[in-house]
Amino acid sequence: MLYYFLRRLIYMVITLWMVSIVAFVIIQLPPGDYLTSYIMELEEEGTEVSEAQIASLRKQYGLGQPMYSQYFHWIYNIVRYGNFGRSFEWNKPVSELIWERIMLTTIMALLATVFVFVVAIPIGIYSAVHQYSITDYFFTIVGYTGLATPNFLLALVLMFIAYKYFGVSVGGLFSPEYTQVSWSMGKVLDMFSHLWIPIIVLGTAGTAGLIRIMRGVLLDELGKQYVITARAKGVKESTLLFKYPVRVAINPIVSTIGWRLTMIISGAPIVATVLSLPTTGPLMLKALLSQDMYLAGSFFLLLCILTITGTFISDLLLALVDPRIKMES
Amino acid sequence: MTNKIKSRKGKKEKAEVSLEEKIYVASQYQLMWRKFKKHKLAIVGGIILFVFYLGAILCEFVSPYDIFERYTDYLYAPPQRIHFFNEEGFHLRPFVYKIKLEMDPTTWQRIYKIDRTEKFPLYFFTHGSKYKLWNLFKGDLHLFGTKEGTVFLLGTDALGRDMFSRIIYASRISLSIGLIGVFLSFALGLSIGGASGYYGGYLDNIIQRVIEFLRSMPTLPLWMALAAALPPHWSPIKVYFGITIILAIIGWTDLARVVRGKLLTLREEDFAMAAKIAGANDWRIITKHLLPSFLSYIIVRMTLTVPGMILAETSLSFLGIGLRPPVVSWGTLLSNAQNIHSVALCPWLLLPGVFVIVAILAFNFVGDGLRDAADPYK
Repeated sequence: MLYYFLRRLIYMVITLWMVSIVAFVIIQLPPGDYLTSYIMELEEEGTEVSEAQIASLRKQYGLGQPMYSQYFHWIYNIVRYGNFGRSFEWNKPVSELIWERIMLTTIMALLATVFVFVVAIPIGIYSAVHQYSITDYFFTIVGYTGLATPNFLLALVLMFIAYKYFGVSVGGLFSPEYTQVSWSMGKVLDMFSHLWIPIIVLGTAGTAGLIRIMRGVLLDELGKQYVITARAKGVKESTLLFKYPVRVAINPIVSTIGWRLTMIISGAPIVATVLSLPTTGPLMLKALLSQDMYLAGSFFLLLCILTITGTFISDLLLALVDPRIKMES
Repeated sequence: MTNKIKSRKGKKEKAEVSLEEKIYVASQYQLMWRKFKKHKLAIVGGIILFVFYLGAILCEFVSPYDIFERYTDYLYAPPQRIHFFNEEGFHLRPFVYKIKLEMDPTTWQRIYKIDRTEKFPLYFFTHGSKYKLWNLFKGDLHLFGTKEGTVFLLGTDALGRDMFSRIIYASRISLSIGLIGVFLSFALGLSIGGASGYYGGYLDNIIQRVIEFLRSMPTLPLWMALAAALPPHWSPIKVYFGITIILAIIGWTDLARVVRGKLLTLREEDFAMAAKIAGANDWRIITKHLLPSFLSYIIVRMTLTVPGMILAETSLSFLGIGLRPPVVSWGTLLSNAQNIHSVALCPWLLLPGVFVIVAILAFNFVGDGLRDAADPYK
């Protein structure tokens, strides 16, 4: 187990390192370097930039040096000082802009994952036990449609319904009186009252998929002989269901929780843009469109770190749950 | 193999074959087709896809109007309903009523009133706006239309352009980007996965790590970053291929894994060994002996990959970093629906989304049917 853990950990570190290179390449993609735009901006504001200042800025960002050395400058600043560079669109250090949004994204993704499991597992069990009943068909149809609907479209339709028939505007994550103030109990409660729409939207596709998996695995399990034996012995139907088949079927699903999280984080930017949530997505999109690359690259890097950690956790869970994986290595 | 022998025998003794015997003498593809036909949803999906692709190929002919033609009297006009009945009773030839623009005196919103006094009958094969089919054949014949007045089946957009025509044109872009993207990923996945599975060893290890790495990145943010890096001065056709390549960058990994897994087991089979001893080279063994044995499985996977590609293109274009107007794709059309206030007033702006959902459902159903059919002995 320790060996497996270490190997996964090493893979994770290597992946993180490679991701940081990709993020750096993304930052470098647009033509022109960051400093030229920054100096231009300062001069537009009327600030005189002396040669000495330019030289010191150049040194700070390692510009004019070869690519690899620029990369080390960049990554060193992040790891050592948490300095992600400057966003010249906002004229602020990137680190001031991202953390709250990353936190909100994480909360949203975690809650959406919980939503997926809480909804999908009971429905999956029900569908399997009542195979080919009307409710089973109903959930099958809902599931297929849920999988086929792009989640931004679902968000639009939900917003449309809320606006047209209930007269409420459901965008955003906070009521107007809370957007500018700092965190308080009231703000947290207000957030949760807005959070349910994005969570439903983000969770739908995953829920639909998971219902299918849960139903399929449980049906396989229910057909096995030990279930028939138990039934023949007169075990109560509910005990029979929950004691073994459900537990067996639930194992692989619970252990892939990290992958679900990854999927949800991947899908979040577009939903957040439609619902104008103050999470990473809309700001990253804006940064990409205005080529504010330090901001965009930092978001990309942090989202990657989130998903890679998620994958790492599910790998560990999978090994804990399924001894065969440990043995293989 | 046994199946092939049996089917050959079947041809010789064509005389009288009982119903039960038919199963034994049917060829692999006959069995697959028979199994596929049983999957009703797959048949429905197949028909829908056929209609969609036919419409996409012949979009100039199917759409009643030019997509850039602006009908300034009809901004944000709602869909016109096709009628068969009026006060006089049933008409065999369907017709639409004229719509008239009026302003709400209090809110100043546009209201379109149906004018029941004037009706425009619909005709098949009418002459309308000129076009050049596939940039080759000049024509002005349209599948349907009116001789006078207008028919906006799905309403018009902010500039008074016919939504139905625009959606049909958009399907050419959106449906083809899925197919081309899948073929690109297919080519990449097959060659890289094939090399990985057949040669194994170090090469396999490196390729597997690369795949794991690509898959560990969040897809949409990666696509967003890459798509935003496409130079803005590129021509639409370049952007189109750029987007396809970006989608394929992630798309091939899935297929490569499947191909590798299959090849790893198949190369140990006796017939692969026999081919090797007979002096066949690697290329011949892979393409002639190994690939055909799981080709049907790959086709199934491809069918199930297309929807993801369509969805990805739609999402990127919707966000404004994929294809951009004046190119029409389902995504660019949907980006007009980003403002919830205009959607609330003109819900038909969401209609391209319905086409997206139907296309994806159809692909999934066909994929499911093919998956069952690919293994007809089960």
